[in-house]
Amino acid sequence: MCITCGCEGNENEIKMTVFGEKSETKHNEHTHSHGHHHEHSHSHEINLETNILNQNNLLAERNRGYFEAKNIFSINMMSSPGSGKTTLLEKTINDLKNKVQLYVIEGDQQTMNDAERIANAGAPVIQVNTGNGCHLDADMINKAVKKLNVKNDSIVFIENVGNLVCPSLFDLGESKRLVIMSTTEGEDKPVKYPTIFENADICIINKIDLLPYLNYDIEIAKNYALRVNHHLEFIEVSATTGEGMEKWYEALLKMQKTQE
Amino acid sequence: MHEMSIVVSIVEIAESEAKKANAEKITEMELDIGTVSGIEIDALNFAFDSIKHKTMLKDAEIKINIIEAKSICEDCKYEFKTENVYTLCPQCDSYKTSILKGKEMKVKSITTN
Repeated sequence: MCITCGCEGNENEIKMTVFGEKSETKHNEHTHSHGHHHEHSHSHEINLETNILNQNNLLAERNRGYFEAKNIFSINMMSSPGSGKTTLLEKTINDLKNKVQLYVIEGDQQTMNDAERIANAGAPVIQVNTGNGCHLDADMINKAVKKLNVKNDSIVFIENVGNLVCPSLFDLGESKRLVIMSTTEGEDKPVKYPTIFENADICIINKIDLLPYLNYDIEIAKNYALRVNHHLEFIEVSATTGEGMEKWYEALLKMQKTQE
Repeated sequence: MHEMSIVVSIVEIAESEAKKANAEKITEMELDIGTVSGIEIDALNFAFDSIKHKTMLKDAEIKINIIEAKSICEDCKYEFKTENVYTLCPQCDSYKTSILKGKEMKVKSITTN
């Protein structure tokens, strides 16, 4: 049964394509064998107390172990569509690719467009097309990271599906979680979509080059975000002009180093 | 709508346990869902209703225990009931509050026959 609509058909295929290689399509692997069972005459209660996301969380921990063993720093990037995740990555790859080995797992419902942009920027990339799925999960990351053949001591960026709701519940095994807000959105995004901000470690506020043309108040936005998560750290950037990007690189490389 | 993947996970947990017990069907299932867990109960019910006919939970009675959220203020240690994760401390107005309860998402039990 697929996780996007519960169907047992093939409409909701998860597609993984390493940029530059032939694509491979497969349905999310859920087996449903309804075998023969012996009749029981009496009913009985089974106490479970099982976390609903147990399966995902176990797989996420496996990914985390894989990353740790290979000294890979992984970062789960989440935001609404259009906040500048891919542009931020392109700029980051351009500026850091000679310092550290970078990889990207691109999550989108459809198209190879983002993978193409990342490949052009110069990083190995795998595109995960979730079909109708609204988020990446630990199983997709487990497969994607193996296909990418990630080297030790590298950084893996996981660009989640642009969505401020669903990705927040699914642990991917990442080292850190990054949420991106942009100045063209409302300042109150953090309180409208609190879960994603609550579970993030860092918050990038992008498109600060547009501030003179907008009514966006960066302090109001930060204040809302701090109400949701008072541990959140902010970095203000413009991925287009490069303003503030040095601070982001410094924070990124520091986080990678601290993990060692 | 992530509630569909939540429902699929619930069904997988329940069916796998029921099969271990050699049961043929599940007659009851009890869930614990916190009010700040990120799961919308209406969306959950909607997703469940659309797929239950092809699962062992087809005729099951579903009981959802809603766990009310509670926060603690890290500054003044005041504990208070809340409906979200961004409410300021009602006693000292601090934003340094943490959720104590209300993030639950559990399959508590199933009843089989």
